[in-house]
Amino acid sequence: MKNFIAKFINTSALSRDNSYCYQDVSVFLSDTSQLKSKEPFSLPESSKKPCIVCRNVNVFYKNKQAINDVSLDIYRREVLAIIGASGCGKSTFIRCLNRMNDTIEGCRVTGQILFDGIDIHSKDMDVVLLRARVGMVFQKPNPFPKSIYENVAYGPKIHGLAQSKRELDEIVEVSLRKAGLWDEVKDRLSHSGLSLSGGQQQRLCIARTIAVNPEVILMDEPCSALDPIATARIEELMAELSQEYAIVIVTHSLQQAARVSHRTAFFHLGSLIEIGPTEEIFTRPSKKLTEDYITGRFG
Amino acid sequence: MSVTFLGIFILFLFSAAYSFGVKRALAISRENSVPIRDFNSLPSYHGAYIALQATLPCIIILFLWFALEPVVISHILRINLQKIFPGIPNNELSLWLYKIKAAATGESSFFKIDESVRPLVSMYITLKHSSRWILSGVVIVVGLASAAFLFQRISPQLKARHRVEAIITGLLGACGVFAIFVTLSIVVSVLFESVRFFRNVPLWEFLTGTQWNPHIAMRPDQVATEGYFGAIPVFAGTFLISFIALLVAVPIGLFAAIFTSEYAPPKLRAIIKPVLEILAGIPTVVYGFFAALFVGPFVRAIAEQFQLEVASESALAAGLVMGIMIIPFVSSLSDDAMSAVPLSLREGAYALGATKSEMIKRVLIPAALPGIAGGMLLAVSRAIGETMIVVMAASLRAKLTLNPLDAVTTVTVQIVSLLTGDIEFDNPKTLSAFALGLALFVMTFLLNLFAFLIVKKYREQYE
Repeated sequence: MKNFIAKFINTSALSRDNSYCYQDVSVFLSDTSQLKSKEPFSLPESSKKPCIVCRNVNVFYKNKQAINDVSLDIYRREVLAIIGASGCGKSTFIRCLNRMNDTIEGCRVTGQILFDGIDIHSKDMDVVLLRARVGMVFQKPNPFPKSIYENVAYGPKIHGLAQSKRELDEIVEVSLRKAGLWDEVKDRLSHSGLSLSGGQQQRLCIARTIAVNPEVILMDEPCSALDPIATARIEELMAELSQEYAIVIVTHSLQQAARVSHRTAFFHLGSLIEIGPTEEIFTRPSKKLTEDYITGRFG
Repeated sequence: MSVTFLGIFILFLFSAAYSFGVKRALAISRENSVPIRDFNSLPSYHGAYIALQATLPCIIILFLWFALEPVVISHILRINLQKIFPGIPNNELSLWLYKIKAAATGESSFFKIDESVRPLVSMYITLKHSSRWILSGVVIVVGLASAAFLFQRISPQLKARHRVEAIITGLLGACGVFAIFVTLSIVVSVLFESVRFFRNVPLWEFLTGTQWNPHIAMRPDQVATEGYFGAIPVFAGTFLISFIALLVAVPIGLFAAIFTSEYAPPKLRAIIKPVLEILAGIPTVVYGFFAALFVGPFVRAIAEQFQLEVASESALAAGLVMGIMIIPFVSSLSDDAMSAVPLSLREGAYALGATKSEMIKRVLIPAALPGIAGGMLLAVSRAIGETMIVVMAASLRAKLTLNPLDAVTTVTVQIVSLLTGDIEFDNPKTLSAFALGLALFVMTFLLNLFAFLIVKKYREQYE
């Protein structure tokens, strides 16, 4: 099994092109208490400071606890994959990071989540600005029932990012280019976003998110509604985007996690079991539960 | 034998046929040692098949009989009456028929019956009586015979299940066809009367005339003004009042819907929504009081402060109250449309950093717009067809004006006033009510069709 996964990672051209050199990773943290005393693994210079720090995060739906004391950090310019069985709280966790759980009735979050050193639940943090800086792509493509252009222009418009029509046009074009969709839609920007195929819709949603110029992009199973070719496009895109943004992706596909991520976190029943460099997690997991999961003994 | 007896007989036949059918199927299974699972159908299907197949012809016969019996009996009486009074005109013949029937049911004290007609009364009673006996006999024989015949046919191969399904499908289809049939017959009856009207008044005059004054001589020798049948002022009044109603209902209803679907905490929503919908349950005649006794004088008092001339039955008063009446339509349907916008779209907007109001303005309302528009068109057709409020609060005089403080009349008011007089039904004045009704029907039908198409398009987008 381990050989299989190692081979898998090797054959993945996508992850090769953009991955960090795993040999540089001297230490990985399965326990966040070590974080204070030791340097985190050596990512490129600019990535060293975590941009999101989570400490003892608990989430409750009414009285049921969905997330149990999770602490982890997210660095700039990395792809962090979160894996785990259905219902283990992966989605709930990433929805905490941009306070999307606020919209759910009876959902309560405790603990500390620091974004750029500011507690996202404190008064100093405006939830609207937080969501502009921490974008999100959902499981099912959800373009607005508007034109392709309007879909991408929506975010810049509400945040006043463009002073003129020309600037807005430029933001739309750059975002669509980054999302790898420009060439496919440049002649029909006025068509409805819903006229695109599923994979194109998802890339449109990514373009929409990029248009606001976020620092972190959260992706909640972005490929689970897509076919393998569309999935490959999105994965390729994630590799490119990780040069600029921090990406947190929740995925059910272990292969996908192995292909696209630099680090992987394994969740089980609302708890963070293990987090570390992806290769490490897939080849030498330190916990029995993790090994059972990635070798397919449960889940 | 009374109809009640026949009803009880059919019920009895149904239950007996069912239980005997089930028992027979089980008995065949035992005698021939064919297990039930090798039967084409379960025993209960055999029972249901016999029960339905035996009682349905009885019920059909029953209905046909009741439909045809009076026709046949009247026909026989007419023939006999013509023998007694040769060359009698048709309308007198009808009067005689009516007198005979009244005499037969004991209301004879009102009418004098000639001795020559007396035998016809007893003939009518006999005919009616024997018809009932024949009917009972036919129903019982047909019911029992078909039950017995089907009982013999029960076998493991009998496709009872398929036939029961087919009968049920047929019954459901018949109910659907019945509703369509009734609607069509309403249309045809209105159409028929309208055609009679258009023989007297040209269609072109009706559609383009700007004067509505349906006075016409009631007797040939009566001196009267000439009648004018131009429907434009009547429809203009309808549209003016409906437009005022929409000016009230659309903003209030839409904003109320936004509040209930997006902002109200669940507990408040649980109170507001039903209360708003109760507004739809208030009898329109009560709204009429409100309009005539309170809103009308109130509008007048306010307008007089501004030195404006106001009719006491102003279009504004009727429109305001009608607007209040249709608020629940707009708010309830808009609320449904907005609640149906998928959560994923809202989350998409929130995830881009939209505030709640930005999300509502730019995503929710555009996404729900087809549904909202559909709801509004339904509200419009409700407003156009509304009768009671305008009968009480609007004027009778047709005036072509756009001034909301003036008194105008509506199509429905005209229909009511035209048909509640003492005029014969072949007078153009009375017939014009049918033409108005037909025009109103066509208009609301088109509006509903339009609303339906919009709602349909909206559904396609999300499923």
